[in-house]
Amino acid sequence: MSLSHIQFVKLVLFVVCLIPATVLGWNFYHDQLGANPFEALTRESGEWTLRFLLATLLMTPLRGVLHQSWPLQLRRMLGLYSFFYACLHLLTYLWFDQFFDWQEITKDILKRPFITVGITAWILLLPLAVTSTNSMMRRLGRRWKHLHRSIYLIASLGVLHFLWMVKADLREPLIYAAILLILLGYRVTKWWQKRAFSIAARQ
Amino acid sequence: MLIKKPFAVKPSEITDRSVYMNRRKFMQTTSGFFLAGISSLVTAKTSEQQQGAGLAKLDYQATAAYSTDEEKTPYQHVTQYNNFYEFGTDKYSPAHEAQSLTTRPWSVTVEGEVAKPGTYTLEDILKPHALEERIYRLRCVERWSMVIPWIGFPLADLIKRFEPTSRAKYVEFTTLHRPEEMPGQKRRVLDWPYVEGLRMDEAMHPLTIMAVGLYGEVLPNQNGAPMRLVVPWKYGFKSIKSIVKIRFTEQQPVSAWTRTAPHEYGFYANVNPGVDHPRWSQARERRLGEFLKRKTLLFNGYADEVASLYTGMDLSKNY
Ligand code: HEM
Repeated sequence: MSLSHIQFVKLVLFVVCLIPATVLGWNFYHDQLGANPFEALTRESGEWTLRFLLATLLMTPLRGVLHQSWPLQLRRMLGLYSFFYACLHLLTYLWFDQFFDWQEITKDILKRPFITVGITAWILLLPLAVTSTNSMMRRLGRRWKHLHRSIYLIASLGVLHFLWMVKADLREPLIYAAILLILLGYRVTKWWQKRAFSIAARQ
Repeated sequence: MLIKKPFAVKPSEITDRSVYMNRRKFMQTTSGFFLAGISSLVTAKTSEQQQGAGLAKLDYQATAAYSTDEEKTPYQHVTQYNNFYEFGTDKYSPAHEAQSLTTRPWSVTVEGEVAKPGTYTLEDILKPHALEERIYRLRCVERWSMVIPWIGFPLADLIKRFEPTSRAKYVEFTTLHRPEEMPGQKRRVLDWPYVEGLRMDEAMHPLTIMAVGLYGEVLPNQNGAPMRLVVPWKYGFKSIKSIVKIRFTEQQPVSAWTRTAPHEYGFYANVNPGVDHPRWSQARERRLGEFLKRKTLLFNGYADEVASLYTGMDLSKNY
């Protein structure tokens, strides 16, 4: 039995996507995360969540540009890894920031806009993760596509969450915002082209 | 370990120009610090390194009355994890970026409502003051805290020498503005130069000090060399670093952070668990090195000493 080409790529990607979590865990264990390791865990996992969200969103444009289908075959795994890192990120918050004090957590979510936005993004990720299987895809049909469009909103909320958290230096979140704009802009352009094409075809 | 050896300077040399004017020694000191920084990355687990980095030693007395006996934050955390936006907004960047700052010669301009305005050399400023150690808690507005053994002298003693007039109601401090050496100033993250201020009675309070060192040695550049303010009952950003100007005014100064975000950072910035930052709670803090968070104390635990400065004031309005 031998792996097909795409299966091999998927296997490699699966391992590669685990590297950030492994390195983070290793450095934490060996006290290499600086003076405030708990803050570092939250921040690193948050950034990786956002990076994976953007990587997921990159796959469709990549297919368009390369005229190949493999990017779409990697999309689900990247999306699930976004969810994985989002869960780690949430866990570091619940544990090291709040120590599972649910009353405090509720207050925090209601009071701090950037936390409200973060938790909204995480909640919206849940149905996407649950419906990511082939059978769910089949069962939902067209509705699957509609549901999974919420990834655009989720990524936007992720960027907003970052922007809102920062004290004064907006450079880093703005870089993520710019990348997101390009990725979403690609889709808007495509949509316009398609519309113009279908209008022209009808005339 | 060789590089941890204190640099051989006699304690009495703190105000001696030779320590600072001697380029070669300065370079040695700097590179010694750099090596210590690198070695601490390699051996991060052995956090017994409490003795500084081999910068020039200071001659000082311990002042038990004002010092806490809580466990001190290790030297490498104090000097490698801090905010000094002039050297970048990442908390690890000041330790790297500040190495190129030249702190000699250094002078401080004194102006405004005083009988003795003028530009004083750092040596003139420091000469008459005996140095003392003050082990203070430092609470950052970002909800982390440290315990730092500062070396300095009461700000009040310095202020008296300039003879403020009766119109002097506030003191305003300004940080050096030198984008060539302070790369963070090349971007307008804040409205440079950094400015902070105190009410006169806050400035004259015995807890308020001018610090020139920590852990028995001169201040590393990233911690505000050669001279910085330390006001332990206020959030860390009030303790302005690398001071080049002291101005006495009748009007309340506008701090750099207040200018940037007036609804988030007020003039007083007293540590207060009951008054939240608009975007986060200030009820608790993480003492660096600890797992569980501590309850933040009113006035950072210095209420007995300073609460009387604010009687009758609504602290949630005067945040
Ligand atoms: C899809 C969801 C999310 C994304 C993409 C995301 C992303 C991020 C990013 C990029 C950062 C900044 C990291 C840095 O400073 O380098 C961050 C910080 C943070 N996030 Fe999230 N986040 C998400 C969900 C959440 C949730 C659900 C919570 C908690 C309920 C949360 C709490 C935090 C906290 C506490 C910080 C750190 C704040 C600090 O260090 O002061 N995030 N997040």
